[in-house]
Amino acid sequence: MSNPTHFDAGIYRRRKIKSNIGLFLSMSAMAVGLIFLLWILSILMFKGFSALNVSMFTQSTPAPGSEGGGLLNAIIGSLMIVGSCTLISTPIGVMAGIYLSEYGERSKFASVTRFVNDIMLSAPSIVVGLFIYAIVVVNAKHFSGWAGTLALALIAIPVVVRNTENMLRLVPVTLREAAFALGAPKWKVSTTVVLKAARSGVMTGLLLSLARVSGETAPLLFTALNNQFYSTNMNAPMANLPVVIYQFAMSPYENWVNLAWGGALLITLTVLGLNILARAVFKEKVAV
Amino acid sequence: MATFDQTDTLALHRQKVVRMQRIQDFIFEKTSMTFALTTLVVLLGIIASLIISAWPALVEFGFPFFYTIEWDIINSKFGGLIAIFGTVATASIAILIALPLSFGIAVFLTETCPKPLRRPLGTAIELLAAVPSIIYGMFGLFVFAPLFAEYIQPAIAATLGQIPGLGFLFTGAFNGIGILAAGLILAMMILPFIASVMRDVFEIVPSILKESAYGLGCTTWEVVTKIVLPYTKTGVVGGVMLGLGRALGETMAVTFVIGNAHKLSPSLFSPGNSIASTLANEFGEAEPGLHYSSLFALGLALFIITLIVLSLAKWMLLRAEAKKGLKS
Repeated sequence: MSNPTHFDAGIYRRRKIKSNIGLFLSMSAMAVGLIFLLWILSILMFKGFSALNVSMFTQSTPAPGSEGGGLLNAIIGSLMIVGSCTLISTPIGVMAGIYLSEYGERSKFASVTRFVNDIMLSAPSIVVGLFIYAIVVVNAKHFSGWAGTLALALIAIPVVVRNTENMLRLVPVTLREAAFALGAPKWKVSTTVVLKAARSGVMTGLLLSLARVSGETAPLLFTALNNQFYSTNMNAPMANLPVVIYQFAMSPYENWVNLAWGGALLITLTVLGLNILARAVFKEKVAV
Repeated sequence: MATFDQTDTLALHRQKVVRMQRIQDFIFEKTSMTFALTTLVVLLGIIASLIISAWPALVEFGFPFFYTIEWDIINSKFGGLIAIFGTVATASIAILIALPLSFGIAVFLTETCPKPLRRPLGTAIELLAAVPSIIYGMFGLFVFAPLFAEYIQPAIAATLGQIPGLGFLFTGAFNGIGILAAGLILAMMILPFIASVMRDVFEIVPSILKESAYGLGCTTWEVVTKIVLPYTKTGVVGGVMLGLGRALGETMAVTFVIGNAHKLSPSLFSPGNSIASTLANEFGEAEPGLHYSSLFALGLALFIITLIVLSLAKWMLLRAEAKKGLKS
């Protein structure tokens, strides 16, 4: 036994070395993550930008094996599907968020909803596609842009609900009390005071949900399907970027694979752009 | 008389306003409650519709559906084992690889990273989480798989493949695509999810605990493993389960690199199939009938597995959160 007052330099050095090894390994893990991010992004930029040209935005998807063509129908389709998805999911998500934050303080129903909502946040998106197929496509007997919209809305709603509730909870209680003291009814306090105070935070949630659904492929496979031609009919199968990328990337045609890389670049830039925008909006709010 | 009339009408008016507001409040509360109800309805609707659509297959094959290998479209004999095995195997590989890496990232971000770099590096990891999964799939197929077949698979076969008892996992042709490749791509995909949850729970450790340990002469690594980790273990496990839930249900990243072959092989190099990739590949062409409802049965199995994993994750994270409440 060594004397406790005796300072054992050996043990100290060993502990120090062990600590340094651990910290070095954790730094390497960070490096692996960053290298991977840069690797993916640089490949995407390289292949995507070399495939990018004007006809990508002016022509529709080409027939198998033919040259040229673009992604116009897919871009328009994606914009329409994601746009209508936002129109559906925003009111539902924001209202549900208001309920959970303003009325659901202690109710059992609210805590169950909160739990289920958090699970739906990570539920497999392909199963959501199956669900919409079973209840919409089977009954309508055809694939449609609307079915794709609904599938995406089911994925977007939990994101909006979660974020809206969190943001409304950040609003100080005193603000609500001041409004109540002036005689305002609860619905007016919720919409014109609380929601307004938290609007940039709520906006962040909407942008994040938009970013999330823009890249979703699996739920669109059996709902919106695909359409080789330009179409703005939401009641018919509709071309959309993710499914076109999937089909073209898996195909043996070089032209199609190139277009897929171009589309992949467009989607990634959109999604990352929306994410950065969301952060900027939120930061502005925190600063105020 | 006139003044009396005036106060009377005023009171009446006030009563009217109050009643109006009560009605408006009632309507507002019930409407917002209805919207909150949608998530519950959707969850129950998904389960109900999957069961209804999967019913013919469940009746025909019974419970053995979930552990038989056969997937014969021509003779209408279906069993889900290959797909279920593929899903579980790829997700397990992903967790095994992503767990130590994301722990390292979380430790780096909370303990050693210089303050000014913390936010940008954290954001970079979160952006990695935002990249759509189809991009991971394309990257896996076109960039990762060729490199994997040329350099990594031979190296693994020459090293891990030589271990007696374990070597059978790493045999077969070097295709680049297969269960192992899919697991690796999935690992990269769930890495940022787990890392950011871990970072968040590491941050709730009261600094007084850490400072006390430092005051006793602990090294940084000792503080991480003996103070931070025990304090946050439920949160960490919850984060890992959350990543596992994502990995189980992921479609696009897996479909591109798993090889889409309906066979069961002990080697992780061989191509296989997961539930999600089977659905993505076959659902579009399935005729109504047993094939169709068997696919729904697979979807049901996937949904139930992920539901259980995610519920456990959520429950553990809630317990970790409760600790945060004790602190303040």
